[in-house]
Amino acid sequence: MRYSLLLHAPEPAAGDVPEEVMAQFRAAFQKYAKDLDAAAVLVSADILQPSSVSTTVTLRGGSVQIQDGPFAETKEQLAGAFVVEVPDLDAALAWAEQCPGAHYGVIEVRPSAIVFKDGQWRQPS
Amino acid sequence: MAAAELTVRERTASIARASYGRLLAMLAARSGDIAAAEDALADAFVQALSAWPGSGIPDHPEAWLFTVARNRERNRVASAAHRTSVPMEDAAEPTSPAPSDTEGPDRRLELMFVCAHPAIDPAARTPLMLQTVLGLDAKRIADAFAVPAPTLAQRLTRAKRRIRDARIPFCVPAPAVLPSRLPPVLEAIYGAYAIGWREPLAHEALDLATTLADLMPGEAEVLGLAALTALSASRSAARTTSGGTFVPLDEQDPSAWDWALIALGEAFLDRAHALSRPGRFQLEAAIQSAHADRARTGTTDRAALRKLHEALVRLAPSLGAHVALAATIGDTEGPAAGLAHLDRLEGDAVRRFQPAWATRADLLARAGRADEARAAYEKAISLTTDAGMREWLRVQPRAGVGSSRCRR
Repeated sequence: MRYSLLLHAPEPAAGDVPEEVMAQFRAAFQKYAKDLDAAAVLVSADILQPSSVSTTVTLRGGSVQIQDGPFAETKEQLAGAFVVEVPDLDAALAWAEQCPGAHYGVIEVRPSAIVFKDGQWRQPS
Repeated sequence: MAAAELTVRERTASIARASYGRLLAMLAARSGDIAAAEDALADAFVQALSAWPGSGIPDHPEAWLFTVARNRERNRVASAAHRTSVPMEDAAEPTSPAPSDTEGPDRRLELMFVCAHPAIDPAARTPLMLQTVLGLDAKRIADAFAVPAPTLAQRLTRAKRRIRDARIPFCVPAPAVLPSRLPPVLEAIYGAYAIGWREPLAHEALDLATTLADLMPGEAEVLGLAALTALSASRSAARTTSGGTFVPLDEQDPSAWDWALIALGEAFLDRAHALSRPGRFQLEAAIQSAHADRARTGTTDRAALRKLHEALVRLAPSLGAHVALAATIGDTEGPAAGLAHLDRLEGDAVRRFQPAWATRADLLARAGRADEARAAYEKAISLTTDAGMREWLRVQPRAGVGSSRCRR
Protein backbone atom coordinates (compact mmCIF):
# COMPACT_ATOMS: atom_id res chain seq x y z
CA MET A 1 0.00 0.00 0.00
CA ARG A 2 1.23 3.47 -0.82
CA TYR A 3 0.96 6.28 1.69
CA SER A 4 1.91 9.94 1.57
CA LEU A 5 3.35 11.31 4.77
CA LEU A 6 2.41 14.94 4.34
CA LEU A 7 4.28 17.39 6.50
CA HIS A 8 2.26 20.44 7.47
CA ALA A 9 4.13 23.09 9.36
CA PRO A 10 4.09 26.80 10.15
CA GLU A 11 6.21 28.74 7.66
CA PRO A 12 8.98 30.67 9.33
CA ALA A 13 9.90 34.06 7.88
CA ALA A 14 13.37 34.42 6.42
CA GLY A 15 15.89 34.62 9.23
CA ASP A 16 13.48 33.26 11.84
CA VAL A 17 15.34 29.99 12.06
CA PRO A 18 19.06 30.36 12.77
CA GLU A 19 21.39 28.65 10.31
CA GLU A 20 22.75 26.21 12.89
CA VAL A 21 19.22 25.06 13.69
CA MET A 22 18.51 24.64 9.98
CA ALA A 23 21.71 22.62 9.64
CA GLN A 24 20.64 20.32 12.45
CA PHE A 25 17.24 19.73 10.90
CA ARG A 26 18.85 19.13 7.51
CA ALA A 27 20.98 16.46 9.17
CA ALA A 28 17.90 14.93 10.82
CA PHE A 29 16.05 14.79 7.48
CA GLN A 30 19.12 13.37 5.80
CA LYS A 31 19.15 10.51 8.30
CA TYR A 32 15.39 10.00 8.03
CA ALA A 33 15.48 9.75 4.24
CA LYS A 34 18.41 7.34 4.39
CA ASP A 35 16.59 5.20 6.95
CA LEU A 36 13.50 5.07 4.70
CA ASP A 37 15.71 4.18 1.77
CA ALA A 38 17.57 1.48 3.70
CA ALA A 39 14.23 -0.08 4.62
CA ALA A 40 13.33 -0.05 0.92
CA VAL A 41 10.00 1.68 1.56
CA LEU A 42 10.78 5.09 0.04
CA VAL A 43 9.05 6.04 -3.20
CA SER A 44 9.88 9.73 -3.15
CA ALA A 45 10.77 12.50 -0.74
CA ASP A 46 10.19 16.16 -1.45
CA ILE A 47 10.64 19.16 0.76
CA LEU A 48 8.67 21.98 -0.84
CA GLN A 49 9.50 25.61 -1.42
CA PRO A 50 7.42 28.08 0.61
CA SER A 51 3.72 28.37 -0.18
CA SER A 52 4.31 31.92 -1.46
CA VAL A 53 5.93 30.33 -4.52
CA SER A 54 2.97 28.05 -5.19
CA THR A 55 0.49 28.51 -7.97
CA THR A 56 -3.03 27.17 -7.88
CA VAL A 57 -5.02 26.05 -10.84
CA THR A 58 -8.78 25.85 -10.90
CA LEU A 59 -11.24 25.15 -13.64
CA ARG A 60 -14.62 26.64 -12.94
CA GLY A 61 -17.37 26.95 -15.48
CA GLY A 62 -15.02 26.13 -18.33
CA SER A 63 -12.48 28.83 -17.57
CA VAL A 64 -9.05 28.30 -16.20
CA GLN A 65 -8.08 30.28 -13.18
CA ILE A 66 -4.47 30.41 -12.32
CA GLN A 67 -3.61 32.17 -9.11
CA ASP A 68 -0.44 32.82 -7.34
CA GLY A 69 -0.16 32.03 -3.70
CA PRO A 70 -1.44 29.12 -1.67
CA PHE A 71 -4.86 27.60 -1.93
CA ALA A 72 -5.96 28.71 1.52
CA GLU A 73 -4.62 31.11 4.08
CA THR A 74 -3.90 28.93 7.07
CA LYS A 75 -1.24 29.02 9.71
CA GLU A 76 0.21 25.71 8.62
CA GLN A 77 1.17 24.92 5.06
CA LEU A 78 2.17 21.80 3.24
CA ALA A 79 5.93 21.74 3.65
CA GLY A 80 6.96 18.34 2.38
CA ALA A 81 5.81 14.95 1.22
CA PHE A 82 7.31 11.52 1.73
CA VAL A 83 5.71 8.81 -0.33
CA VAL A 84 6.28 5.34 1.10
CA GLU A 85 5.33 1.87 -0.03
CA VAL A 86 4.54 -0.19 3.08
CA PRO A 87 2.18 -3.06 3.91
CA ASP A 88 -0.37 -1.17 5.97
CA LEU A 89 -1.29 1.90 8.02
CA ASP A 90 0.53 0.65 11.13
CA ALA A 91 3.81 0.58 9.25
CA ALA A 92 3.14 4.00 7.70
CA LEU A 93 2.49 5.37 11.20
CA ALA A 94 5.69 3.81 12.51
CA TRP A 95 7.61 5.77 9.86
CA ALA A 96 5.59 8.96 10.36
CA GLU A 97 6.60 8.88 14.04
CA GLN A 98 10.25 8.97 13.00
CA CYS A 99 9.85 12.04 10.77
CA PRO A 100 11.81 15.02 12.13
CA GLY A 101 8.98 17.29 10.96
CA ALA A 102 6.66 15.70 13.52
CA HIS A 103 8.53 17.70 16.16
CA TYR A 104 7.44 21.08 14.80
CA GLY A 105 4.60 20.28 12.41
CA VAL A 106 1.90 17.70 11.83
CA ILE A 107 2.34 14.62 9.70
CA GLU A 108 -0.79 13.66 7.83
CA VAL A 109 -0.71 10.03 6.74
CA ARG A 110 -2.92 9.46 3.72
CA PRO A 111 -3.23 6.39 1.55
CA SER A 112 -2.94 6.74 -2.20
CA ALA A 113 -6.21 6.05 -4.00
CA ILE A 114 -4.74 5.39 -7.39
CA VAL A 115 -1.22 5.51 -8.75
CA PHE A 116 0.10 6.16 -12.26
CA LYS A 117 2.65 3.52 -13.07
CA ASP A 118 4.01 1.95 -16.26
CA GLY A 119 1.83 4.02 -18.52
CA GLN A 120 -1.48 3.71 -16.73
CA TRP A 121 -3.43 4.45 -13.61
CA ARG A 122 -3.51 1.47 -11.27
CA GLN A 123 -4.86 0.54 -7.91
CA PRO A 124 -1.97 0.59 -5.48
CA SER A 125 -0.80 -2.92 -4.65
CA MET B 1 55.88 22.43 27.69
CA ALA B 2 53.43 21.17 25.13
CA ALA B 3 53.36 17.80 26.83
CA ALA B 4 52.79 19.35 30.26
CA GLU B 5 50.02 21.52 28.85
CA LEU B 6 48.35 18.48 27.42
CA THR B 7 48.51 16.77 30.77
CA VAL B 8 46.91 19.75 32.52
CA ARG B 9 44.27 19.78 29.81
CA GLU B 10 43.56 16.10 30.25
CA ARG B 11 43.49 16.38 34.01
CA THR B 12 41.19 19.38 33.80
CA ALA B 13 38.87 17.40 31.54
CA SER B 14 38.82 14.52 33.98
CA ILE B 15 38.14 16.90 36.91
CA ALA B 16 35.34 18.41 34.83
CA ARG B 17 33.80 15.02 34.20
CA ALA B 18 34.06 13.91 37.82
CA SER B 19 32.79 17.08 39.45
CA TYR B 20 30.42 18.58 36.89
CA GLY B 21 27.15 17.43 38.43
CA ARG B 22 28.23 18.16 41.98
CA LEU B 23 29.33 21.72 41.13
CA LEU B 24 26.31 22.46 38.97
CA ALA B 25 23.94 21.20 41.68
CA MET B 26 25.57 23.48 44.27
CA LEU B 27 25.48 26.51 41.99
CA ALA B 28 21.93 25.93 40.76
CA ALA B 29 20.59 25.24 44.24
CA ARG B 30 21.70 28.73 45.30
CA SER B 31 19.97 30.64 42.52
CA GLY B 32 17.36 28.18 41.22
CA ASP B 33 18.61 29.13 37.78
CA ILE B 34 20.14 26.07 36.07
CA ALA B 35 20.92 27.86 32.79
CA ALA B 36 22.84 30.62 34.59
CA ALA B 37 24.69 28.03 36.67
CA GLU B 38 25.65 26.15 33.49
CA ASP B 39 27.00 29.33 31.90
CA ALA B 40 28.95 30.25 35.02
CA LEU B 41 30.42 26.77 35.31
CA ALA B 42 31.37 26.74 31.63
CA ASP B 43 33.16 30.07 32.17
CA ALA B 44 34.99 28.61 35.16
CA PHE B 45 36.21 25.65 33.11
CA VAL B 46 37.41 28.00 30.37
CA GLN B 47 39.25 30.06 32.96
CA ALA B 48 40.79 26.92 34.46
CA LEU B 49 42.04 25.87 31.05
CA SER B 50 43.82 29.17 30.59
CA ALA B 51 45.09 29.55 34.18
CA TRP B 52 46.09 26.05 35.23
CA PRO B 53 48.72 25.27 32.59
CA GLY B 54 50.72 28.22 33.99
CA SER B 55 49.90 28.08 37.70
CA GLY B 56 49.49 24.35 38.04
CA ILE B 57 46.32 22.61 39.15
CA PRO B 58 45.23 24.00 42.54
CA ASP B 59 45.14 21.76 45.62
CA HIS B 60 41.38 21.88 45.69
CA PRO B 61 40.35 22.19 42.04
CA GLU B 62 36.65 21.76 42.74
CA ALA B 63 36.66 24.58 45.28
CA TRP B 64 38.58 26.76 42.81
CA LEU B 65 36.03 26.08 40.07
CA PHE B 66 33.12 26.64 42.42
CA THR B 67 34.46 30.00 43.64
CA VAL B 68 35.15 31.26 40.13
CA ALA B 69 31.73 30.12 38.88
CA ARG B 70 29.98 31.64 41.88
CA ASN B 71 31.70 34.96 41.28
CA ARG B 72 30.76 34.83 37.62
CA GLU B 73 27.15 34.35 38.59
CA ARG B 74 27.33 37.29 40.98
CA ASN B 75 28.89 39.56 38.41
CA ARG B 76 26.21 38.64 35.96
CA VAL B 77 23.51 39.46 38.48
CA ALA B 78 25.23 42.72 39.41
CA SER B 79 25.59 43.83 35.80
CA ALA B 80 22.09 42.85 34.81
CA ALA B 81 19.90 45.84 34.01
CA HIS B 82 17.29 44.73 36.49
CA ARG B 83 19.44 44.79 39.59
CA THR B 84 17.71 42.61 42.12
CA SER B 85 17.20 43.50 45.72
CA VAL B 86 18.51 40.18 46.91
CA PRO B 87 21.40 40.91 49.24
CA MET B 88 24.64 39.62 47.84
CA GLU B 89 27.13 37.81 49.97
CA ASP B 90 30.63 39.08 50.42
CA ALA B 91 31.89 39.44 46.86
CA ALA B 92 35.60 39.24 47.66
CA GLU B 93 37.18 36.46 45.64
CA PRO B 94 39.44 34.24 47.74
CA THR B 95 42.68 33.73 45.90
CA SER B 96 43.04 30.19 47.14
CA PRO B 97 39.62 28.79 47.87
CA ALA B 98 39.32 26.53 50.87
CA PRO B 99 38.10 22.98 50.42
CA SER B 100 35.30 23.73 52.87
CA ASP B 101 33.62 25.64 50.04
CA THR B 102 32.67 22.38 48.43
CA GLU B 103 32.33 20.27 51.52
CA GLY B 104 28.64 20.95 51.97
CA PRO B 105 26.15 18.18 51.36
CA ASP B 106 26.10 16.66 47.91
CA ARG B 107 23.22 18.48 46.25
CA ARG B 108 22.91 16.21 43.23
CA LEU B 109 20.04 14.45 44.94
CA GLU B 110 18.10 17.73 45.15
CA LEU B 111 18.94 18.37 41.50
CA MET B 112 17.56 14.95 40.53
CA PHE B 113 14.31 15.67 42.33
CA VAL B 114 14.09 19.03 40.56
CA CYS B 115 14.64 17.39 37.14
CA ALA B 116 11.88 14.84 37.79
CA HIS B 117 9.51 17.27 39.50
CA PRO B 118 5.83 16.68 38.61
CA ALA B 119 5.68 20.20 37.14
CA ILE B 120 8.31 19.31 34.52
CA ASP B 121 7.28 17.86 31.17
CA PRO B 122 7.90 14.09 31.48
CA ALA B 123 9.62 14.07 28.08
CA ALA B 124 12.18 16.58 29.38
CA ARG B 125 13.03 14.85 32.66
CA THR B 126 15.50 12.23 31.47
CA PRO B 127 17.37 14.56 29.07
CA LEU B 128 17.51 17.23 31.76
CA MET B 129 18.98 14.81 34.26
CA LEU B 130 21.56 13.53 31.78
CA GLN B 131 22.61 17.07 30.93
CA THR B 132 22.75 18.54 34.42
CA VAL B 133 23.82 15.63 36.64
CA LEU B 134 26.24 13.98 34.21
CA GLY B 135 27.11 16.96 32.04
CA LEU B 136 26.25 14.97 28.93
CA ASP B 137 26.52 16.74 25.58
CA ALA B 138 23.11 17.83 24.24
CA LYS B 139 23.91 16.46 20.78
CA ARG B 140 24.56 13.02 22.24
CA ILE B 141 21.25 13.12 24.14
CA ALA B 142 19.37 14.20 21.00
CA ASP B 143 20.91 11.35 19.01
CA ALA B 144 20.05 8.79 21.67
CA PHE B 145 16.42 9.89 21.83
CA ALA B 146 16.17 10.23 18.03
CA VAL B 147 14.99 13.81 18.47
CA PRO B 148 16.33 16.64 16.28
CA ALA B 149 18.88 18.62 18.31
CA PRO B 150 16.98 21.95 18.12
CA THR B 151 13.83 20.26 19.44
CA LEU B 152 15.70 18.87 22.40
CA ALA B 153 17.42 22.20 23.08
CA GLN B 154 14.05 23.93 23.12
CA ARG B 155 12.59 21.34 25.48
CA LEU B 156 15.52 21.70 27.89
CA THR B 157 15.44 25.50 27.80
CA ARG B 158 11.73 25.49 28.54
CA ALA B 159 12.20 23.13 31.48
CA LYS B 160 15.02 25.23 32.98
CA ARG B 161 13.02 28.41 32.62
CA ARG B 162 10.10 26.74 34.32
CA ILE B 163 12.28 25.59 37.21
CA ARG B 164 13.55 29.14 37.67
CA ASP B 165 10.29 31.02 37.13
CA ALA B 166 8.01 28.67 39.03
CA ARG B 167 10.60 28.39 41.83
CA ILE B 168 10.75 24.64 41.93
CA PRO B 169 12.59 24.04 45.20
CA PHE B 170 15.97 22.34 45.33
CA CYS B 171 15.18 19.97 48.15
CA VAL B 172 14.66 16.32 48.92
CA PRO B 173 10.92 15.86 49.46
CA ALA B 174 9.73 15.20 53.00
CA PRO B 175 9.24 11.53 53.94
CA ALA B 176 5.47 11.96 53.75
CA VAL B 177 5.53 12.82 50.04
CA LEU B 178 8.61 10.80 49.10
CA PRO B 179 6.59 7.72 48.03
CA SER B 180 4.96 9.80 45.29
CA ARG B 181 8.02 11.87 44.40
CA LEU B 182 10.66 9.16 44.17
CA PRO B 183 9.03 7.07 41.39
CA PRO B 184 9.33 9.86 38.78
CA VAL B 185 13.05 10.12 39.60
CA LEU B 186 13.43 6.37 39.06
CA GLU B 187 11.35 6.58 35.87
CA ALA B 188 13.56 9.35 34.51
CA ILE B 189 16.70 7.26 35.09
CA TYR B 190 14.96 4.19 33.68
CA GLY B 191 14.16 6.36 30.65
CA ALA B 192 17.87 6.60 29.85
CA TYR B 193 18.10 2.81 30.00
CA ALA B 194 14.99 2.03 28.01
CA ILE B 195 15.36 4.06 24.81
CA GLY B 196 14.90 1.50 22.09
CA TRP B 197 16.64 -1.85 22.09
CA ARG B 198 20.11 -0.46 21.47
CA GLU B 199 20.32 1.23 24.86
CA PRO B 200 22.66 3.93 23.59
CA LEU B 201 22.87 5.43 27.08
CA ALA B 202 23.30 2.20 29.05
CA HIS B 203 26.37 3.46 30.90
CA GLU B 204 24.90 6.88 31.56
CA ALA B 205 21.79 5.27 33.04
CA LEU B 206 24.09 3.21 35.23
CA ASP B 207 25.95 6.36 36.34
CA LEU B 208 22.72 8.08 37.32
CA ALA B 209 21.38 4.99 39.10
CA THR B 210 24.58 4.39 41.09
CA THR B 211 24.74 8.08 42.04
CA LEU B 212 21.18 7.86 43.32
CA ALA B 213 21.96 4.60 45.13
CA ASP B 214 24.91 6.27 46.88
CA LEU B 215 22.67 9.11 47.99
CA MET B 216 19.66 6.99 49.02
CA PRO B 217 21.12 3.66 50.14
CA GLY B 218 18.04 2.76 52.21
CA GLU B 219 15.56 2.68 49.32
CA ALA B 220 15.06 -0.83 47.96
CA GLU B 221 13.81 0.27 44.54
CA VAL B 222 16.71 2.70 44.14
CA LEU B 223 19.07 -0.23 44.68
CA GLY B 224 16.93 -2.37 42.39
CA LEU B 225 17.24 0.17 39.59
CA ALA B 226 21.01 0.36 40.10
CA ALA B 227 21.13 -3.45 39.86
CA LEU B 228 18.97 -3.43 36.71
CA THR B 229 21.08 -0.84 34.91
CA ALA B 230 24.36 -2.55 35.89
CA LEU B 231 23.20 -6.01 34.78
CA SER B 232 21.80 -4.66 31.54
CA ALA B 233 24.89 -2.57 30.78
CA SER B 234 26.99 -5.69 31.29
CA ARG B 235 25.62 -7.01 28.00
CA SER B 236 25.99 -3.85 25.87
CA ALA B 237 28.89 -5.23 23.84
CA ALA B 238 27.22 -8.60 23.22
CA ARG B 239 23.94 -7.17 21.97
CA THR B 240 24.96 -6.47 18.37
CA THR B 241 27.33 -8.04 15.90
CA SER B 242 30.25 -5.97 14.63
CA GLY B 243 28.02 -5.23 11.64
CA GLY B 244 25.29 -3.82 13.89
CA THR B 245 22.84 -6.71 13.62
CA PHE B 246 20.81 -7.55 16.70
CA VAL B 247 21.88 -10.56 18.77
CA PRO B 248 19.10 -11.91 21.03
CA LEU B 249 19.94 -12.61 24.65
CA ASP B 250 19.78 -16.39 24.37
CA GLU B 251 22.30 -16.35 21.53
CA GLN B 252 24.76 -13.97 23.14
CA ASP B 253 28.18 -15.28 24.05
CA PRO B 254 28.55 -14.87 27.86
CA SER B 255 32.28 -14.33 27.42
CA ALA B 256 31.40 -11.00 25.78
CA TRP B 257 29.55 -9.87 28.94
CA ASP B 258 31.18 -7.49 31.42
CA TRP B 259 31.78 -9.55 34.54
CA ALA B 260 32.60 -6.60 36.80
CA LEU B 261 29.23 -5.02 35.97
CA ILE B 262 27.44 -8.32 36.61
CA ALA B 263 29.10 -8.52 40.04
CA LEU B 264 28.16 -4.90 40.74
CA GLY B 265 24.55 -5.56 39.76
CA GLU B 266 24.33 -8.69 41.89
CA ALA B 267 25.70 -6.76 44.88
CA PHE B 268 23.08 -4.03 44.46
CA LEU B 269 20.36 -6.65 44.13
CA ASP B 270 21.46 -8.44 47.31
CA ARG B 271 21.36 -5.15 49.21
CA ALA B 272 17.91 -4.38 47.80
CA HIS B 273 16.54 -7.79 48.77
CA ALA B 274 17.92 -7.40 52.29
CA LEU B 275 15.52 -4.47 52.76
CA SER B 276 12.52 -6.80 52.14
CA ARG B 277 10.51 -4.27 50.13
CA PRO B 278 9.94 -5.82 46.72
CA GLY B 279 9.24 -3.67 43.70
CA ARG B 280 9.16 -3.49 39.96
CA PHE B 281 12.79 -2.55 39.39
CA GLN B 282 14.01 -5.29 41.73
CA LEU B 283 11.94 -7.80 39.73
CA GLU B 284 13.33 -6.54 36.44
CA ALA B 285 16.83 -6.77 37.92
CA ALA B 286 16.12 -10.31 39.17
CA ILE B 287 15.09 -11.25 35.61
CA GLN B 288 18.36 -9.86 34.28
CA SER B 289 20.22 -11.69 37.02
CA ALA B 290 18.56 -15.00 36.10
CA HIS B 291 19.74 -14.53 32.51
CA ALA B 292 23.25 -13.61 33.68
CA ASP B 293 23.34 -16.93 35.58
CA ARG B 294 23.74 -18.70 32.25
CA ALA B 295 27.36 -17.56 32.31
CA ARG B 296 27.89 -19.70 35.45
CA THR B 297 25.55 -22.63 34.89
CA GLY B 298 25.45 -22.89 31.13
CA THR B 299 21.64 -23.07 31.18
CA THR B 300 18.76 -20.69 31.77
CA ASP B 301 16.26 -21.43 34.54
CA ARG B 302 13.06 -20.95 32.53
CA ALA B 303 10.71 -21.82 35.40
CA ALA B 304 12.29 -19.20 37.66
CA LEU B 305 12.10 -16.64 34.85
CA ARG B 306 8.43 -17.35 34.33
CA LYS B 307 7.68 -16.80 38.03
CA LEU B 308 9.54 -13.48 37.92
CA HIS B 309 7.70 -12.36 34.80
CA GLU B 310 4.36 -13.30 36.34
CA ALA B 311 5.20 -11.26 39.43
CA LEU B 312 6.27 -8.34 37.24
CA VAL B 313 2.99 -8.38 35.31
CA ARG B 314 1.06 -8.36 38.59
CA LEU B 315 3.07 -5.39 39.88
CA ALA B 316 3.54 -3.37 36.69
CA PRO B 317 1.24 -4.65 33.94
CA SER B 318 2.76 -2.86 30.95
CA LEU B 319 2.35 -4.13 27.41
CA GLY B 320 6.05 -4.92 27.25
CA ALA B 321 5.87 -6.96 30.46
CA HIS B 322 2.93 -8.96 29.09
CA VAL B 323 4.71 -9.70 25.83
CA ALA B 324 7.80 -10.84 27.74
CA LEU B 325 5.60 -13.08 29.90
CA ALA B 326 4.07 -14.60 26.76
CA ALA B 327 7.59 -15.50 25.64
CA THR B 328 8.41 -17.21 28.95
CA ILE B 329 5.08 -19.05 28.90
CA GLY B 330 6.09 -20.24 25.43
CA ASP B 331 9.40 -21.45 26.88
CA THR B 332 7.88 -23.36 29.80
CA GLU B 333 4.49 -24.54 28.51
CA GLY B 334 5.01 -24.56 24.78
CA PRO B 335 4.34 -22.07 22.01
CA ALA B 336 0.55 -22.59 21.93
CA ALA B 337 0.24 -21.41 25.54
CA GLY B 338 2.45 -18.40 24.78
CA LEU B 339 0.29 -17.52 21.78
CA ALA B 340 -2.84 -17.85 23.92
CA HIS B 341 -1.42 -15.28 26.33
CA LEU B 342 -0.63 -12.92 23.45
CA ASP B 343 -4.17 -13.37 22.11
CA ARG B 344 -5.59 -12.27 25.43
CA LEU B 345 -3.90 -8.87 25.16
CA GLU B 346 -6.36 -6.30 24.00
CA GLY B 347 -6.35 -2.83 22.56
CA ASP B 348 -5.11 -0.89 19.61
CA ALA B 349 -1.61 -0.46 20.98
CA VAL B 350 -0.77 -4.16 20.82
CA ARG B 351 -1.54 -4.24 17.11
CA ARG B 352 1.16 -1.64 16.48
CA PHE B 353 3.59 -2.98 19.11
CA GLN B 354 6.64 -4.35 17.35
CA PRO B 355 7.79 -6.68 20.18
CA ALA B 356 4.35 -8.31 20.23
CA TRP B 357 4.68 -9.21 16.54
CA ALA B 358 8.27 -10.39 16.84
CA THR B 359 7.30 -12.64 19.77
CA ARG B 360 4.21 -13.89 17.98
CA ALA B 361 6.26 -14.75 14.91
CA ASP B 362 8.76 -16.68 17.00
CA LEU B 363 6.04 -18.61 18.85
CA LEU B 364 4.26 -19.44 15.58
CA ALA B 365 7.51 -20.69 14.06
CA ARG B 366 8.09 -22.93 17.05
CA ALA B 367 4.52 -24.21 16.84
CA GLY B 368 5.30 -25.32 13.29
CA ARG B 369 2.88 -22.80 11.79
CA ALA B 370 5.40 -21.64 9.20
CA ASP B 371 3.09 -19.62 6.94
CA GLU B 372 1.57 -17.66 9.80
CA ALA B 373 5.04 -17.17 11.27
CA ARG B 374 6.29 -15.72 8.00
CA ALA B 375 3.36 -13.31 7.89
CA ALA B 376 3.98 -12.25 11.50
CA TYR B 377 7.69 -11.69 10.76
CA GLU B 378 6.67 -9.56 7.79
CA LYS B 379 4.43 -7.50 10.05
CA ALA B 380 7.19 -7.14 12.67
CA ILE B 381 9.65 -6.06 9.96
CA SER B 382 7.19 -3.49 8.62
CA LEU B 383 6.98 -1.95 12.11
CA THR B 384 10.76 -1.88 12.62
CA THR B 385 12.47 1.39 11.77
CA ASP B 386 15.85 0.26 13.12
CA ALA B 387 18.10 -1.33 10.49
CA GLY B 388 19.98 -3.71 12.86
CA MET B 389 16.77 -5.17 14.27
CA ARG B 390 15.22 -5.45 10.80
CA GLU B 391 18.28 -7.27 9.55
CA TRP B 392 17.91 -9.88 12.26
CA LEU B 393 14.15 -10.30 11.78
CA ARG B 394 14.70 -10.84 8.04
CA VAL B 395 16.74 -13.99 8.53
CA GLN B 396 14.45 -15.47 11.18
CA PRO B 397 11.96 -17.26 8.96
CA ARG B 398 14.88 -19.25 7.55
CA ALA B 399 16.74 -19.70 10.84
CA GLY B 400 16.37 -22.74 13.07
CA VAL B 401 13.99 -22.35 15.97
CA GLY B 402 15.28 -21.88 19.50
CA SER B 403 13.54 -20.35 22.46
CA SER B 404 12.43 -16.79 23.18
CA ARG B 405 14.58 -15.44 20.43
CA CYS B 406 13.47 -11.83 20.61
CA ARG B 407 14.82 -10.94 24.03
CA ARG B 408 17.53 -8.38 24.20
